[in-house]
Amino acid sequence: MPDSLTLSVNGSPITVPAGATVSAAIALAGVTLYRRSVTGEPRAPLCGMGICFECSVTIDGRAHCRSCQVLCQPGMEVRTDA
Amino acid sequence: MPDRDYDVVVIGAGPAGLAAACRAAECGRRVALLDDNPHPGGQIWRNLSGKPPKQAARWLAAAERHAVELIPGARVFDVPEPGRIAVEMFDAECRLGYRCLILATGARERFLPFPGWTLPNVVGAGGLQALAKSGLPVAGKRVVIAGSGPLLLAVARYLRTHGADVRLVAEQAPPSALLRFGLQLALRPAKLLQALALFGTRYLTSCWPVSAQGNERLESVTLRRAAHTWTEPCDYLACGFGLIPNLELAELLGCRTGEGGVHVDDYQMTSVESVYCAGEATGIGGLEPSIVEGEIAGYAAAGNLRRAQLRFPARQPHRRFAAALDTAFALRDELRRLPRPGTLVCRCEDVTIERVRACATWREARLHTRCGMGPCQGRVCGGAVEFLLGWQTESVRPPVFPARIGSIAPAPGPAGHVSDRKRPVSR
Repeated sequence: MPDSLTLSVNGSPITVPAGATVSAAIALAGVTLYRRSVTGEPRAPLCGMGICFECSVTIDGRAHCRSCQVLCQPGMEVRTDA
Repeated sequence: MPDRDYDVVVIGAGPAGLAAACRAAECGRRVALLDDNPHPGGQIWRNLSGKPPKQAARWLAAAERHAVELIPGARVFDVPEPGRIAVEMFDAECRLGYRCLILATGARERFLPFPGWTLPNVVGAGGLQALAKSGLPVAGKRVVIAGSGPLLLAVARYLRTHGADVRLVAEQAPPSALLRFGLQLALRPAKLLQALALFGTRYLTSCWPVSAQGNERLESVTLRRAAHTWTEPCDYLACGFGLIPNLELAELLGCRTGEGGVHVDDYQMTSVESVYCAGEATGIGGLEPSIVEGEIAGYAAAGNLRRAQLRFPARQPHRRFAAALDTAFALRDELRRLPRPGTLVCRCEDVTIERVRACATWREARLHTRCGMGPCQGRVCGGAVEFLLGWQTESVRPPVFPARIGSIAPAPGPAGHVSDRKRPVSR
């Protein structure tokens, strides 16, 4: 298995260690806002273990994915709220 | 993924679940081991490289040897009928049948609301550790660790060894309680060493965060200790106020719960026939008791009561430790006054403390404010209001996790049946 892989976060390529989660890839890409709350507040991961849903992003077109529980795959396209 | 049937299905692949699955499979049972996380190991054995710690490696090897079917990235969102669970994966769903079910659903952190706690980079203590283990870079980051419990020390040690600049650890408990707990620690050398390894990091007792500040993300945290209040600039605030067991599935199944966990008998069986529970979901105790409980549940679910009995003695000493933990790290009253007007309690639906306080019960708050009705279904705010307002927050309905329509649709019954159903919850 290769040591690293490349995916895109908000259209920019980012290379991450193999086994990293999408949450980590987003942080590595320098993005601190993962989603906007129902009243528009910026949010980012809280629990890190799939409980809180604060890290929800769109992965390969699939909305509301918990980025902390999904492993990065080569070529994956990740979008956060802006 | 096709529907399948097993003798034993274990939910949760942390230490308790792994041990349970191995012991049941070693008795010749066909066993499935499910976990919501992408890798087995639970939170304590979670790591980036996929190369587990020694103790975990032994259990993983045993699971492979005994042909345990590991199904990671799988969340159980319903029990559509007795003996059958509904499971959703990233891009699939299925129903799995079981003769015996073992719940090893572990625990989550208790979060308490204070002004600024919803800012990006305010994370759980275990949360930041989990994220770091999943590849989040912490080297060179200024981290303040706050809240309560021995987990804070473990997190501090982990983050320090991974290059984080841990500015201080703020423990809300008073030193007198910790001293008493320390005497108990002396009986457990491994944990004592872990505490000592922290030497060099500021560890402040009777100290807690009162607010977090930042524009779009965390920039500093304000801490209080006695009459002294000051502000620490930081990149992360890792903050958790102890652990609470994950009881949603047990309650959905109608298992009796209370006093901090699922009620079980000597064989780890719950009040529901053929449903067992092991590990943190039966009460917070840590790694060793989780493994022993898992082994007992696994043997018992496989029908080998004699081998289960042989493990009883190993379970006893750990229970004292769990009791000592509760006393030492009891949350202080001042923490109930942390939320200010406008502070959000429910982060999914952005419900403020004053709107929740205007209600008399959890049920009323859910109906009138949508508190606890968002995607996390009260897993975060429930633990907070339990402490802040003394409410009982159980009100479990399927699906216990948000699920895709396509996953729910195959469930038997007329349209709307799944969401309208209310399960018995006994306490």
